[in-house]
Amino acid sequence: MSEELTLTILGGVDKDGVPEPVKFLEVSKGEIIGIVGPTGSGKSTLIDDIEQLAQGDTPTGRSILINGKKPDALTRVDPRKKLVAQLSQKMHFLADMTVADFLQMHARSRGKGPGLVDRVIELANTLTGEPISPDTYLTVLSGGQSRSLMTADIAVISDSPVVLIDEIENAGIKKQEALQLLAGEGKIVVVVTHDPVLALMASRRIVIRNGAMVDIITTSREEQDVCGRITQVDNWLMSLRETIRRGEIVEELA
Amino acid sequence: MKLVVLAGTPGSGKTSVLLHTIRTLVKSGKRPAVVKVDCLWTDDDQRFGKLGIPVHVGLAKDMCPDHFTIYNTDAMLDWGASNNADIVLNETAGLCLRCAPYPDECMAICVIDVTTGPNTPLKVGPLLTTADIVVMTKGDLVSQAEREVFRERVLDVNPKCMIIESNGLTGKGAFELAELISEGPEVRDNMVLRYNPPLAICSLCTGETRVARKHHMGVLRQLDGFMEYRGE
Repeated sequence: MSEELTLTILGGVDKDGVPEPVKFLEVSKGEIIGIVGPTGSGKSTLIDDIEQLAQGDTPTGRSILINGKKPDALTRVDPRKKLVAQLSQKMHFLADMTVADFLQMHARSRGKGPGLVDRVIELANTLTGEPISPDTYLTVLSGGQSRSLMTADIAVISDSPVVLIDEIENAGIKKQEALQLLAGEGKIVVVVTHDPVLALMASRRIVIRNGAMVDIITTSREEQDVCGRITQVDNWLMSLRETIRRGEIVEELA
Repeated sequence: MKLVVLAGTPGSGKTSVLLHTIRTLVKSGKRPAVVKVDCLWTDDDQRFGKLGIPVHVGLAKDMCPDHFTIYNTDAMLDWGASNNADIVLNETAGLCLRCAPYPDECMAICVIDVTTGPNTPLKVGPLLTTADIVVMTKGDLVSQAEREVFRERVLDVNPKCMIIESNGLTGKGAFELAELISEGPEVRDNMVLRYNPPLAICSLCTGETRVARKHHMGVLRQLDGFMEYRGE
């Protein structure tokens, strides 16, 4: 992984072709940045622009720079050189093969050895309920299991310096652990979210409206405090959920 | 004059990819024209026609669509020239996956649908293995890992191709594809096919409808793999 890493977003136009208010945004190594806005406002489109390192050639007209420069053509397409890993909302597996075979082939596509497969599965099983085994067929995995597997895949196999996450809260997995796992080792993490915990875990958040970046909000001290408090509530909810999942009785309010 | 032959598995999104690419080509000052070859029916000429470029439809009907395409390649180029085009884009419905309608002096593009699973590239044959550019569509419906595995499988069977991830809904990839087409080769005379046609003239192709083995001639392969010649 490169020492220096900055990701620059140069603004394009909104859904009506009007230049978007935020024209320049630079994100540095180790930063978690959020993307917020109503559904349908264009959050996933921004993620897609970053994923394909757009060069004014997508409908938004945005350009993405790496370390202040235009990335070369191979960086945009070759998975062995790819700088961006994406955990997308769409998570249905269509490949008719086992988890182990699939991960082995994915490791190969990223120019890595088969030794990483066990680590991916082990890590995935720390994020989800029913354990995934290497012989499980991909097509029978639940939504939560698929998400966990892909989160672990991104942490271990894809291991790209920029990680894009689209609405992880819908996944039924331990979202904070997942985010921390992905953010580890100084990556740039861009997370689309409606979840207050995840949004406030980010140091800044981009506000999207009508396809445009309209504002960038830096998470204040007060918001960080709020984040700490809602994290406690969130953990409590999570433990209740686990209790119910285990088939136990909920006895009292904590 | 440049010739582009665009083929692919049915429903992979050939027409949508081409529509976006044509818009980009026109924007950059090129003069494309489209010949759409299909078997029985198409209304794609109306979709292409809305772009304001010359469009011609060829229906192969009971002729093999690949053979129809090759037999008519000269005529397509002449038609393109008479319409003042500098790029003839031929979208073809190659169906049996045994041939590939790519002459050597064209830009050969194979469109393939990622949602058909990573074993599909191994089954497509010369349509995929002799293409210059492979366009992967519908990647937004699967995970990034699955797209990358699919890509690796394409490279297993065609290590030299350029791969473009494209989306027929948003137009993703059209810019790159248009750029590669603009840099493609010029057609000269005496084009030859990139891939040899099937073993022999098939007795079904000549109108034989009887099923029993004794009615069929040519170079034939039996169920156990044994190959024989039957005929005069």
